[in-house]
Amino acid sequence: MYRNLTIRQKQIVWAWGFLALPVIFYVVIRFYPTGNAIVISFQNWNLLGDRTWAGLENYKKLWNDPVFWKVFQNTFLYLLIGTPLSLILSFVIAYHLDKLRFMHGFLRMLYFLPFMTSAVAMAWVWRWFYQDVPIGLFNNILAGFGIPQIAFLQSTTNALPSVLAPAVWAGLGFQVIIFMAGIRAIPTSYYEAAKIDGVGWWTVLTQITLPLLRPTIVFIVVFSSIGFLRIFDHVFNMTTNNPGGPLNSTKPLVLMIYDTAFNGFDMGYAAAQTVVLFTILLVVSLIQLRLLRSN
Amino acid sequence: MKKQFKGMVAAGLTSAAALFASTANAVEIEYWQYFFDARVTAMEQLIENFEAANPDITVTMTHFPYADYRTKVAAAIPAGEGPDVVQLFYGWLNDYVQAELIQPLPADTFPASTIDEEFFPMVQAMKDGDAYWALPTAVRSLALFYNERLMEEAGVEPPTNMEEFLAAAAAMTKVDGAGNLTQVGVTAGMTAQDHHWWREGLVRQMGGEPYTNDYQTVNYNSEAGVKALEFYTDLFEGENPVTAIGFMDEPQAAFKAGRAGMHIDGSFRIGSLNNTRGLKWGVTELPAMADGTRSNYSSYWVNAITTKAEGEKYDAAVKFMQYITSDEAMQIWLDVVGELPAKPSVGLTEANANDATYGPFIRGLAYANTTKFANESAQRQLMVEMVERIQLQDMSVEDSLAIAAEAEQKILDEYYSK
Repeated sequence: MYRNLTIRQKQIVWAWGFLALPVIFYVVIRFYPTGNAIVISFQNWNLLGDRTWAGLENYKKLWNDPVFWKVFQNTFLYLLIGTPLSLILSFVIAYHLDKLRFMHGFLRMLYFLPFMTSAVAMAWVWRWFYQDVPIGLFNNILAGFGIPQIAFLQSTTNALPSVLAPAVWAGLGFQVIIFMAGIRAIPTSYYEAAKIDGVGWWTVLTQITLPLLRPTIVFIVVFSSIGFLRIFDHVFNMTTNNPGGPLNSTKPLVLMIYDTAFNGFDMGYAAAQTVVLFTILLVVSLIQLRLLRSN
Repeated sequence: MKKQFKGMVAAGLTSAAALFASTANAVEIEYWQYFFDARVTAMEQLIENFEAANPDITVTMTHFPYADYRTKVAAAIPAGEGPDVVQLFYGWLNDYVQAELIQPLPADTFPASTIDEEFFPMVQAMKDGDAYWALPTAVRSLALFYNERLMEEAGVEPPTNMEEFLAAAAAMTKVDGAGNLTQVGVTAGMTAQDHHWWREGLVRQMGGEPYTNDYQTVNYNSEAGVKALEFYTDLFEGENPVTAIGFMDEPQAAFKAGRAGMHIDGSFRIGSLNNTRGLKWGVTELPAMADGTRSNYSSYWVNAITTKAEGEKYDAAVKFMQYITSDEAMQIWLDVVGELPAKPSVGLTEANANDATYGPFIRGLAYANTTKFANESAQRQLMVEMVERIQLQDMSVEDSLAIAAEAEQKILDEYYSK
């Protein structure tokens, strides 16, 4: 049968033959579980017994759950503080690092190192930094100067920024590298022209560098937004005894999903939360792509 | 070609026959538990002894990290892949029974009346009519660990009642010039074992009953509950606190580091304390009230036969269950793991009940209660938040207690209405 095909048809068969592998992979590993999760969100299932249909019950429960709204708010706080902060920091660092020749490679490595470190190890080290006297690094320093201790993690207001700080720091290295690559990709002729015209650095920055970095910025914003919306490792490891605490003040949506699924064994409810998270991620990414798309 | 094929079929048949023949001689059953070094070592010993006594049965043990345990068991049994005998937390039993993952123990080998008589009474939570669903090898209870060096330094004795307990805690507390705690008299944290101490210990000792209606109705939102919670929060909220929540991150870490005078924990902590260099510790029963009222909490892991075990595997599983709930097995479990025997005949022997380390835990079993949890981690979380509202949001003890009671009732209602 294959013999009777035209060359063009043969090419198509081969193309699909090669494409089949990733297609099957995505269908089995990605799309099937996604579809299954959406189905489970309309069911009750404790992992052990039979699945029973629940209609919209799980979504109604979610709507009326005060913890969900608190968690929803936290998730957006991580996003709205984390993304701009890491964007500005990484740009400032990349901008100056690019101009620096002295120990350039070494400094770049120092910034990149946290990105390569395991989030779990990092979270635990920071968790110990944040402890009270006698073991916490920061509070020991404060106490050494006679300044009252700061409750970093044992506080409903300080805990979220405290957890966010190492997460921002960890992602910085990657963003700095991407920014530097973006800056290097800008043709030097623009800068030379600007120099000849005698334009100040501010104008160069706002009229040449930033507009030409637009694709880089779009990439970093989308990438880091998704990262902050899915934050889990740092929060879970810094608050393991009381996950997402105190009083749910650091709990992100992913942690709530994990807790509902693997401590509460309420798979239907957890799946409903997952569908909500999926929708949020989709909407946020689409909005960002639209806003930042070059004209 | 055809000849070759015939030969292959014949070879396949003989090897299949050989396989069946060997299974007829030796039954292989599978046992699952979660990974904890001492528990695995103890079970290896038990399996070795059992196999020596029953040469025709082989027991294979599989273990996983605790975090994955429940999920894996749940996924494996319905798929026909799982264990024949499985270890479960007592609080999970209902779910397993309802999902038909385990089968009741045969009443002729495990008559309910004999078990009622031979085991500590809290095991009766595993009984349904005339049959037991599961049985423990060992049980756990709480006791008060103390640091001998700090006691000596402060000139206090291990406390026996609440008054002595508070005095000892105050004597062992140290603060620096700025008023920061650098050593606590006693550790505190509902995230550890304190929520058990509060529920089944303090509330009962203050004259209350934490739950009624077979643990389906929350009953601690009472005068006794308020008193119990006040007693607890006064430890860190008062003018001269003797502890702080989250001191040195975790209660057991503070105690191990020698920065805490006393620490309430379960018998399973003994092993890791023994491995802590430079720590001289002792253990005593939980402090009693002035009138001598004591109360304790106990919990346990049970072994059950799954629905997967049928025929000769079932018979082998029953034999194995008999052995791991025998007096001999319990003594081995105590010696290796440090968990308490589930039968008074082993636990209350002269040597065990007066043992300096195990004695206080074993004596505690006599007045212990076992909370029937619907969702232990969620119910513990409510206790954690109950304290946090008082500590971080200045809520009154009464209000915070009422919120916790209402939220816990909701969890119970949801669970039992299914």
